[in-house]
Amino acid sequence: MNISLRKQRILYAFIFLLPGLLLYLIFVIYPILKTFQISFYEWNIIPGEPSEWVGVGNYIRALNDPVVRISLRNTFMYTLVTVPGQLILALIVALLMNYITRGSTFFRTIYYLPVITSWVVVSLLFNYLFQSPKGIINHILMNVLHLIAEPIPWFMNASTAFIPIEALGIWKGIGWGMVVFLAALKSIPQELYEAAAIDGANAWQRLIKITLPLIRPTLVFLSVILMIGGFNVFISVVLITRGGPLQRTEVMLSYMYHQAFDFLDFGYGGATAFILAAIIITLSFIQIRFFRRPVGD
Amino acid sequence: MSRIFIAFDKYLKKIMVYLIIVLGAVGMVIPLLYMLSTSFKRHAYSLAFDPGLIPTNPTISNYPKVWQMEHFQIYFKNSLFIALTSVFFVVLLSSMMAYAFARFEFPFKEIIFFSILLVLMVPNMIGIIPQFLLAKTLGLRNSLWGLIIFYVAGSIPFNTFLLRGFFEALPRELEDAVLIDGGNYFTIFFRMVLPLSTPALATVSIFSFLGFWDEYILALTFIDDVSKRTLPIAIALLHGQYATEWGLVFAASLIAVIPVIVVFVSLQRYFSGGIIAGAVKG
Repeated sequence: MNISLRKQRILYAFIFLLPGLLLYLIFVIYPILKTFQISFYEWNIIPGEPSEWVGVGNYIRALNDPVVRISLRNTFMYTLVTVPGQLILALIVALLMNYITRGSTFFRTIYYLPVITSWVVVSLLFNYLFQSPKGIINHILMNVLHLIAEPIPWFMNASTAFIPIEALGIWKGIGWGMVVFLAALKSIPQELYEAAAIDGANAWQRLIKITLPLIRPTLVFLSVILMIGGFNVFISVVLITRGGPLQRTEVMLSYMYHQAFDFLDFGYGGATAFILAAIIITLSFIQIRFFRRPVGD
Repeated sequence: MSRIFIAFDKYLKKIMVYLIIVLGAVGMVIPLLYMLSTSFKRHAYSLAFDPGLIPTNPTISNYPKVWQMEHFQIYFKNSLFIALTSVFFVVLLSSMMAYAFARFEFPFKEIIFFSILLVLMVPNMIGIIPQFLLAKTLGLRNSLWGLIIFYVAGSIPFNTFLLRGFFEALPRELEDAVLIDGGNYFTIFFRMVLPLSTPALATVSIFSFLGFWDEYILALTFIDDVSKRTLPIAIALLHGQYATEWGLVFAASLIAVIPVIVVFVSLQRYFSGGIIAGAVKG
């Protein structure tokens, strides 16, 4: 390729790239880097006033902050419950959906409805379902199933307050996982199953020996994406428990938001945000490494 | 005899499968139906708890009441304006960027793309503090266009990532033919690549629209003026103000949710999970 053509191509590349890249650099990359900088300061919110460099002070403070510890634990627990919950249920639904023909579009739409319903709306909805004493879940548990004698005050105890939040996370995510799994399942050649059936493999063996190995990339992708989503939990917590009672249901992002915009402690908020980011990136890479073995293994 | 048994066995299996699917579907849809039913219930402290899925004494009064509330129609318009404008720009800019990644070589290409992957991993709220300060400095706070700029910029990484994989799978030979015929890369991009990518662009558009229509955190942080609020903010505030009037809250919610569901259901044949799954293998 001659030089001028090559130059021309680079010019075209930058014309295509530039508008999006500029927005991306200014409004996404710069704020992330700036967060990192801010996290080393006792950040002064008054423009023009100097901020005090505190080094890793905000990070040390975070590691000794009992609420950070609670938030971290809650964030981890939420992820540990909702990721496998979504993965397993989505896979089951996708396998069943892959088996049927009639009505599959209809059912797919039904399973997908929670995915497309606004987080704000469904958070309020789950808040409503788990009200106490006059909530439908309490009503069913008490008066229909007779499992409990008295209504459970879900949001009064830290131990029960996460149940609605986790139930919401799983319920809302199944449909998306199902669609992605279905696309992967459709790409598996049917002959493999026929050959396995001739060899006398039963349904369980076919699932373990054929389906799961072949959809492994999708499984890895979904588990990473869902894990990232799990660590990002925020809206449902803010709208269902507001972090209460006594900050016992705070998660990392809700605590970061409180620190930054209620207490205007930007430096500390930035540090907590970066701790979370570091955890997510580390876990994502571990997950990808761990699962990305060749299919033949 | 055994053939009948096998046929019967197969039917039984099918019935079982359908049974589980239907049970699951009921579980998925019941909370939403319950929201719908609640929006037709009268709610007041004096009234007894009405737990049924079918309201004992239904009323549609919550809907006109919410719709005529001060500013509610403005919230609806704000949300629509922001979501549609943002979708237009994000589809245009992400597909241009993705095309540059798919077809051209340029300095720092892989570093920029790697930064995009990293951004997809970190919490989307990680930059919110400087974003807030930046918006303040640039006069973009408390402004619908300000929100649009941040929404578009924020969804460029994911959509660029998705579309790059899709564009790379398109055949190059056709593009060379256009160049030989005297067309340039803009002709290729607008006349050929974009039309050939309708399913991918539809998917990106639908999901971006959903994301913008729902966006809560930036809108909550950036907007002060009552008349500039969007629907998610309005609904969350409505819940704060009328905590016991769930009928009102859910009528407002459904006014926000139903148009989205209608659009999604009518467009869903254009979108496929294959695009998401395709990006995985790329």
